Amino acid sequence: MRVEGIPASPGYAEGPLFDLDQSTASYKAKASAEEEQAALVSAIGKAVGRLAALVETADGEAAGILEFHIAMLEDDALSGPALAAIGSGQPADAAWCAALDGEIAGYEASDQDYFRARAADLRDIRDQVLRALSEEGEITAPPGAILYGEDIAPTRFLETDWSEGGGIALKSGSTASHVAMLARSRGVPMVVGLDAPAAPITGDALLDAEHGAIIFSPSPAETEAFRQSASSFADRLGAAKTFLTAPAVTKAGTAVRVQVNIAYPSDVEGIQIETCDGVGLMRTEFLFGKTLPDEETQYHAYRKVLEWAGGKPVTIRTVDAGGDKPVPGFTVEETNPFLGLRGIRLSLARLDIFRVQIRALLRAAIHGNLRVMFPMIATPDEYAQAAALFAEERAALVAQGVAHKLPPLGIMVEVPSVVLAPEGFADVAFFSIGSNDLTQYVMAAARDNAAVAHLNSVRQPAVLRLIAAVAAFGREKGIPVSLCGDAGGDPATIPALLEAGLRDLSVAPAQLAMAKAAIADAAV
Amino acid sequence: MSASAEATVLITHAVGLHARPSVKFTKLAKTFAAEVEVAVAANGPWFDAKSIVKVMAAKAPKGTMLHIRAKGDGATQAVKALVDLVQRDFDEDADHARSA
Repeated sequence: MRVEGIPASPGYAEGPLFDLDQSTASYKAKASAEEEQAALVSAIGKAVGRLAALVETADGEAAGILEFHIAMLEDDALSGPALAAIGSGQPADAAWCAALDGEIAGYEASDQDYFRARAADLRDIRDQVLRALSEEGEITAPPGAILYGEDIAPTRFLETDWSEGGGIALKSGSTASHVAMLARSRGVPMVVGLDAPAAPITGDALLDAEHGAIIFSPSPAETEAFRQSASSFADRLGAAKTFLTAPAVTKAGTAVRVQVNIAYPSDVEGIQIETCDGVGLMRTEFLFGKTLPDEETQYHAYRKVLEWAGGKPVTIRTVDAGGDKPVPGFTVEETNPFLGLRGIRLSLARLDIFRVQIRALLRAAIHGNLRVMFPMIATPDEYAQAAALFAEERAALVAQGVAHKLPPLGIMVEVPSVVLAPEGFADVAFFSIGSNDLTQYVMAAARDNAAVAHLNSVRQPAVLRLIAAVAAFGREKGIPVSLCGDAGGDPATIPALLEAGLRDLSVAPAQLAMAKAAIADAAV
Repeated sequence: MSASAEATVLITHAVGLHARPSVKFTKLAKTFAAEVEVAVAANGPWFDAKSIVKVMAAKAPKGTMLHIRAKGDGATQAVKALVDLVQRDFDEDADHARSA
């Protein structure tokens, strides 16, 4: 049975299905109190190990919380009472729950909001260990499995061993999700938005994440066709790798710049700078994960990428929170967030937060070839306000004698108003087309809604016409134009983008080779 | 050689001896061989300053007079170092001022 979905990370996987949504297996009692105690100690160790791995990728504030959880778990005062209760005959899971529930009740009884809120941390700690306890040797996905379910947590993705292949098939999920980005950068095949079949799902399946489909209980003919497609994909990928190290040039000899999109400063560790023309989009939302980052955290993150890039350009986008990227304490709850206070609108409404980012960017600018762009610009006035803030913060840094540099300031072109009335933007330093949002606003088709995915395509004539209009305006006024949406890395869309006049694309690192190969094959 | 020391310090950090400060506090306490205890009242109850579970359970908010006492090797240094940490607001005020 074939079920269609949306490709989130291209590739093919064939293997046993692993049900992500199966209710967590219950804890199996052990033969003796000693074994029960050993199981609890091992589960606590496993939970600590997981948290320690997460600390590696977390920023200041989030890392602080994780370290607190680790310190609590490593404290004998927490496990002591549980181990004693096991010694007097209780099973490990019940003993652990009882010990933690006692602590939780203590926090809930506090008259301080702050300490009451820590009850949630204690519950989290309790559940992490319970999960590790009940998982003992049975719940981890077998190597090469296709993880199938409603949605998947980033931690689950990071814990899974992808060395022997495998893939992800989700009923909901989004191509713009954190896991989708991770999957693309690691080359793990992933499909989202699959219709849920009525029958329970077991056995082997075929995941076609190039076209977006999963085949349950495949027939021999389906398996045969699938393997041909998979092998053709592998051939194309292998052939594409030969294009990786050379500059991108079309069949007709037209040079095309190909840059990379990154979401985390650590993304650059897996990329050879020689294989790309710079960073066309560095997102900064990661810094705003759960909390607001301070100036130093941001400065070091930006500086790391600028130094990695050497003299090549690095385009950093100011925080694009809101829409489908909420940040507690920053974004507001809205009934229609994609049309609400997001991107530059939110930054201009929260100058306290925006100014911190601006200072970090001005200071980092001395470490490389920085360009800064603003997301969700709809009117020239928004650009003028944002540029004025850069001038103000720059003056403050001059007064304080802090080393800094004013980078070129450009805008994302993703709200159709900019394309329809570009004359007001003749003084911006550069345009970067955000094709994901531009498409969803032009086609009135949400990018995270699988039901309207057929409308959400850059290859719709209306979208391509707008892209061509931006490219033409840029040529006329001498303003550089690039494109940093997902379309830039899609081999099927690249010819149309070059036809529209673009000569500068920014793509996910895993798509670099395929994008260059597609460019080499283009006639433009 | 056995020594003992005791001191009292006012918690000025905005949310008191909360999660992250408690991590720093107990980590610092563990660097000393001496037995170190804290209390939110002069007559106790006293909590093991090296156990984050116990220190958090003290639930000391801003404005609490935190009592610290130590016994054994390096007791004086331990109390002094912990008092200093509380007085420096757990080295956190600088981070907070920046993002404010």
